[in-house]
Amino acid sequence: MPDGAQAVLDVRGLETVFCTRGAEIHAVNKVSFHLKPGELLGVVGESGSGKSVTMMSLIGLLPSPPAEVRSGEVLLGGKDILKLSPTELRHVRGARVGFVFQDPMTSLNPVFTVGDQIMEPLRSHMRMSKAEARRRAAELLTLVGIPDADKRLKNYPHQFSGGMRQRVMIAMALACDPEVLIADEPTTALDVTIQAQIIELVKELRQKLGMAIVWITHDLGVVAGIADRVMVMYGGQVVEQAPVKELFGNPRHPYTRALLKAVPALSGERAGRLQVIEGQPPMLGSAPTSCPFRSRCTHAFDRCGKENPARRALDDKPLDHGHDVACHWNPEPADA
Amino acid sequence: MRDATGSAEPPLVRVRDLKMFFPVHTGVLRRHTGDVKAVDGVSFDIMEGETLGLVGESGCGKSTVGRALLRLCEITGGSVTIGGVDVATLSPAELRKARPLMQMVFQDPQASLNPRMTVAAIIGEPLDEHTTLSRDEKLARIYELMDAVGLNRRFASHYPHEFSGGQRQRIGIARALALNPKFIVCDEPIAALDVSIQAQVVNLLEDLQDRLGLTYLFISHDLSMVRHIADRVAVMYLGQIAELSPREALYAEPLHPYAKALLSAVPEPDPDREATRKRIILKGDVPSPANPPKGCNFCTRCPEAQERCHSTAPRLSEVAPGRFVACHRVTESAGATGATMANEHNQMGENE
Repeated sequence: MPDGAQAVLDVRGLETVFCTRGAEIHAVNKVSFHLKPGELLGVVGESGSGKSVTMMSLIGLLPSPPAEVRSGEVLLGGKDILKLSPTELRHVRGARVGFVFQDPMTSLNPVFTVGDQIMEPLRSHMRMSKAEARRRAAELLTLVGIPDADKRLKNYPHQFSGGMRQRVMIAMALACDPEVLIADEPTTALDVTIQAQIIELVKELRQKLGMAIVWITHDLGVVAGIADRVMVMYGGQVVEQAPVKELFGNPRHPYTRALLKAVPALSGERAGRLQVIEGQPPMLGSAPTSCPFRSRCTHAFDRCGKENPARRALDDKPLDHGHDVACHWNPEPADA
Repeated sequence: MRDATGSAEPPLVRVRDLKMFFPVHTGVLRRHTGDVKAVDGVSFDIMEGETLGLVGESGCGKSTVGRALLRLCEITGGSVTIGGVDVATLSPAELRKARPLMQMVFQDPQASLNPRMTVAAIIGEPLDEHTTLSRDEKLARIYELMDAVGLNRRFASHYPHEFSGGQRQRIGIARALALNPKFIVCDEPIAALDVSIQAQVVNLLEDLQDRLGLTYLFISHDLSMVRHIADRVAVMYLGQIAELSPREALYAEPLHPYAKALLSAVPEPDPDREATRKRIILKGDVPSPANPPKGCNFCTRCPEAQERCHSTAPRLSEVAPGRFVACHRVTESAGATGATMANEHNQMGENE
């Protein structure tokens, strides 16, 4: 994909805060990223790193209060969707941005048939007649690899297995041909062999439909196999962003490096002892004034405690297009 | 079954033809109409000081094996011997006496710790039940255990909700260690933890094993973590062991078609390898253990299935030194040695 291509989704300086009794949680701090047409962006981070909250605040899925999007712009096809009215936003959610959630059991309604649930966005956003919507729903089920689609439309979610339910979720998200598909840990609740099926399916659908995808995961292995670009999040911030090969081949942020070493390999040399990241993830009680990874970082020095590092490009490409990192530390040539 | 190392010592844990069925009752009269065969004829040994990894997908019966070994549920058939004691036939009073020998670390540290008990009370509870230590002696032991698992003594009077997931798992491990057990079943101890915390807990388990000579059954669905911690690995599918091999051999060259598919499905954090790897994508889902397929239980999804796989069930037999596989095709190509071992297994009455 040429660098000059217009981004379908462009997020700038997004900041989300949860206000609870007497306390604030700064879950997302100045997150910026963009998504080009047909691109798959992997978002990696541990629980509490802000990856899901970022994606949910984009399209107004967080209940407010307690959540509050303090600042930032979310440009979808050039238009800021944070400024839209609730009705307009609802149209964006169903028709232009599809969302696949982690747990396919709790995100499907158990008292409606799968057919009803897939037809719902088609009827409300595309104004299809019942018969049309049913035909399209059957098409979608076939597309995501569920055999015998006409019959299966009449089934309830509990009649599907976990992997099949996730396929139904994907079919629902794809119903109105969205420009952007956001998949929030879509395979975490599934077994590895089923995960492999879903990953193959998404790869195939990408080729067929050409939409842009944001894939949130904590599994570095999944990202390595499917992503074009990877964004690593920690403590509500983007700490590193790079094309997939560059990130795995030349990780620069101490957190990314530690994360890659903490996972034992499936092949090759077996490590004698796993490298651990000591300590705990940060509490996000206030807007960060220092590097969030400081207390767990082996390379931390005084500047890390005084100043929250801004993202800086490591190559001559503009920020967010090449390899960038939010870290004060410069590895010695021997370490790099 | 012979152990992989070839030593003459008897194994610490010996499991033969373990069966665990859960009855299904239907109709107005709640008649017994069938069984969910969660574990159906599983046999293995664990040597002292060894870690046996037990892997498989959800619903394959791996957790049930762990629970049955400690007799947390009444087993349907087969025998379980731990340190020379036949756990399966002990009376409740005898079983209680045997409990200190074997302990368990549970998956969800949130659910397995009583929220109304302090850390000291949780770790000390096994001591209350099984020892006659005085208050001071107990407290000294609790502190010792907290040190051993890397928990600060200052937190002894705190409650579980005040700790993070990794720390809670340490509390669970300290409780399991309280009575100096020989054998610990670790049932997905790291599944609920973040990647950076998983490594901390796994390193702790390894350190404790070195120091105290513990024997582990490490149940997990994380194949790369099992490769790291286990000496031998058993792959389970639908209530039966598909392959039981030494770690290096299994990961270098899995023999059973299911083990092959499972290993090929695990994504690796290396884009270059991911781009070139050949993945075996299994079709469909795991059949219900209430109604397993006829013949080999993997025949409905096996890419290499032949006619006889649909009619006769293969037996777990040794196809190479220390490598046990339940597959017609593998035993056939392994030739004569496989056949003799298969016979031995017949005599042990497996699968029937």
